Amino acid sequence: MKHYTATYWAFFKTSLLEQFQYRVAMAIWMIGRILEPIIYLTVWTTVAHARGGSVGSYSPADFAAYYIVLMLVNQFTFSWIMHTYDFRIRQGELSNFLLKPIHPIHADIAENIAYKVMTAVIIFPTAILLYFLFEPNLAFHIQTFAVFLLALGIAFLMRFFIEWTLALVAFWTTRNEAINQMYFTLGLFLSGRIAPIDLLPGAIQTLADALPFRWAIAFPVELMLGRLSQEQILNGFTMQAVWLLAGFLLIQLTWRSGVKKYSAVGS
Amino acid sequence: MSNIPDITVQNLGKTYEVPQREPGLGAAIKSLVSRTTRDVEAVKNISFDVAPGEIVGFLGPNGAGKTTTLKMLSGLLHPTAGEISVIGHTPYARHKDFLNRITLVMGQRNQLMWDIPVADSFERNRAIYRISHDEYKKTLDELSTLLDLSDLLSKPVRNLSLGERMKCEIAAALLHRPQVLFLDEPTIGLDVTMQRRIRAFLGEYNRRHSATVLLTSHYMADVEALCKRVIIIHHGELLFDGDLNALIERFSPHKTIVVDLETERADLSSYGEVITAEGNSVTLRVPKTKTADVTGKLLANLPVIDLTVEDPPIEEVIEQVFSN
Repeated sequence: MKHYTATYWAFFKTSLLEQFQYRVAMAIWMIGRILEPIIYLTVWTTVAHARGGSVGSYSPADFAAYYIVLMLVNQFTFSWIMHTYDFRIRQGELSNFLLKPIHPIHADIAENIAYKVMTAVIIFPTAILLYFLFEPNLAFHIQTFAVFLLALGIAFLMRFFIEWTLALVAFWTTRNEAINQMYFTLGLFLSGRIAPIDLLPGAIQTLADALPFRWAIAFPVELMLGRLSQEQILNGFTMQAVWLLAGFLLIQLTWRSGVKKYSAVGS
Repeated sequence: MSNIPDITVQNLGKTYEVPQREPGLGAAIKSLVSRTTRDVEAVKNISFDVAPGEIVGFLGPNGAGKTTTLKMLSGLLHPTAGEISVIGHTPYARHKDFLNRITLVMGQRNQLMWDIPVADSFERNRAIYRISHDEYKKTLDELSTLLDLSDLLSKPVRNLSLGERMKCEIAAALLHRPQVLFLDEPTIGLDVTMQRRIRAFLGEYNRRHSATVLLTSHYMADVEALCKRVIIIHHGELLFDGDLNALIERFSPHKTIVVDLETERADLSSYGEVITAEGNSVTLRVPKTKTADVTGKLLANLPVIDLTVEDPPIEEVIEQVFSN
């Protein structure tokens, strides 16, 4: 454990150093990620006003709270690993990782955390600014917040595991983008990014329940907003646990057979 | 040194399955239905041992199967036939103890992070290999001295020249003091001075730490300076395994005689094949068995100032081996 802490710390420091070289690109990426929830928030606020003040159980102030928290949750749980893995495999860069006596996922997790720490200086001030602009209906309870942090942590890991598994599909196809695009589009609908899930038709809600997206994003958001009953919270954590475990097992499986394929074919 | 070899390779083979397709759209559509593949045997039935502390030159033309073999030995590739044992491990199992004790340097690949100072990439390796700070400092000092790295450590890798980067790559690959080194063209693309530097370093590293080294290089100077023993493969097959001198003995049927004469050169073609004739100096190639005979005649018949008998350059010998 102590060893892993030291290794993570070294990975974290070097990733931070590396990413610092690309701060302009980073800021531009961030603009995109900040704009998305603001656009949806604006659209839904307009719809709410047109509908006489609310859509479903959401008032404009509820939408504001929802999308500000969603922006934060998405920021802290997203990964980009599936867009880079096929490059690693095709260019043979993976060989460097395979020669090291440590599983390569650790470096990727540390890199992701370093990025999140670095971009925190943009995302938190943005959230505060949005708070004053949109006046969200958001009450702060320390207990709710603690439970939210737990859900956020699990969401990060389960999303990372699932997206790392998707990244490993690159062992079998040389072009991953088609699959990534499908994952992205499904996620847009089923994670609650385009609209809160309880505003979607029943069939889509059922689908959202069965897939991981909702549990990675909408669940922590709704939890923080105090919109969930105790039963729903319990159910949410159960689903998170299921997907976390599934992601973990999927990684073991795909990684092992992927490396086997890689070492049969070479690079 | 123990008697157990560090590396044992028995009947090693690697066959790649290569998809095959005729050019053209018709063939492309056909390949959707039935994919045809062709087997390419990159390595065929190779066996050898390497003792602890030995430096072995692994030679062969491009595409001979050298890199494939090194990748199998370091665990990156799964053999399709035969057995490999490296320091008691089966490489492709990639056991942590195995990975902690070997290294692979590929002259055309890099492991250092491009945008950050070299020292920070080293620090990353320190953490990965669980090297204690004391140990790390000692190793880094030693490597810095031997490779003259002190000015490079604070520079980002992208600002280094090819030679500087290669020195840093080698240092990064040795921070964990591996017992077995696989070096694939460690001097490729470097100028003569840098080549010599790296060569001297590798020799010194081997002496100090009794490391076992298997090295490929297209530069015969590397091989002559470092390797007493060479293994030659060609089209995936083992052609020769033994002393570098024995190789010359066996594959070069010729000797080279250089004679310096008192007078302007005479026509010496009756003594042997004239390779060069510049001023008073003539270089002849003669069959090995006739060397003594020709030398005697030259000394008896001509005003010789100086005469030397040499083995042909190693490049020529190797070429000879491959043309057989």
